[in-house]
Amino acid sequence: MKIRIQLENFDVSTELAALNHTRVGALVSFVGTVRADDGVTHMELEHYPGMTEKCLTDIAMQAAQRWDIGDVVIIHRVGVLQAGEQIVLVATASRHRGSAFAACEFIMDYLKTGAPFWKKEHGPEGAHWVDARSTDQTALDKWR
Amino acid sequence: MSAAPQITLRFFASVREQLGCAEQTVELPADVTTTGQVRDWLIARGGVWAEALSHDRPLRTAYRQTMCEASEQLILDGSIQEIAFFPPVTGG
Repeated sequence: MKIRIQLENFDVSTELAALNHTRVGALVSFVGTVRADDGVTHMELEHYPGMTEKCLTDIAMQAAQRWDIGDVVIIHRVGVLQAGEQIVLVATASRHRGSAFAACEFIMDYLKTGAPFWKKEHGPEGAHWVDARSTDQTALDKWR
Repeated sequence: MSAAPQITLRFFASVREQLGCAEQTVELPADVTTTGQVRDWLIARGGVWAEALSHDRPLRTAYRQTMCEASEQLILDGSIQEIAFFPPVTGG
């Protein structure tokens, strides 16, 4: 299991290759990027050092208890990110695709609602903190 | 008598900006025993504290780096304590 918070970009193929491939038949990855909605030029990502790592480790452990996954990587960037840049990578390795897909989606859903990150968007009308979306909260219901 | 319990308060995102403060170490009064009471105690300072931590805002609280409810009891055993107040998270 690998959990990383970093300023710099990541390379998806390198990260997928680095996953433990023992008895693995499926790799699923999700990449979130900075959306250029309403002329957003860049965003600042803040987090709570210490709690973030603890929280992501806990989410990955919960996924590993629920599904037969061989390995997980979660990388989340912080700092200043330009429109179109990669923000987050979640990748799961499993024997079969069903558990790899499910675990990847579960981790993203819990990350979005529980991990202490905050986005501040910068655009033509200045800067503002992004509001949490209620759809992210309802996305959790399917895992209960 | 032991010294008054010390606690580190941390603030993030819009709350941090509004307060102009990311971190502060405080001594809690003896009757402040839950995270919700810590918030109310800070609101009672008035001014920007009352605005930033207002109950009109859907703030989240973390105690010892874990998300918690306002009713969470503080365990004042002399260990390093940390309470954080922040808006709902928006990562991913």
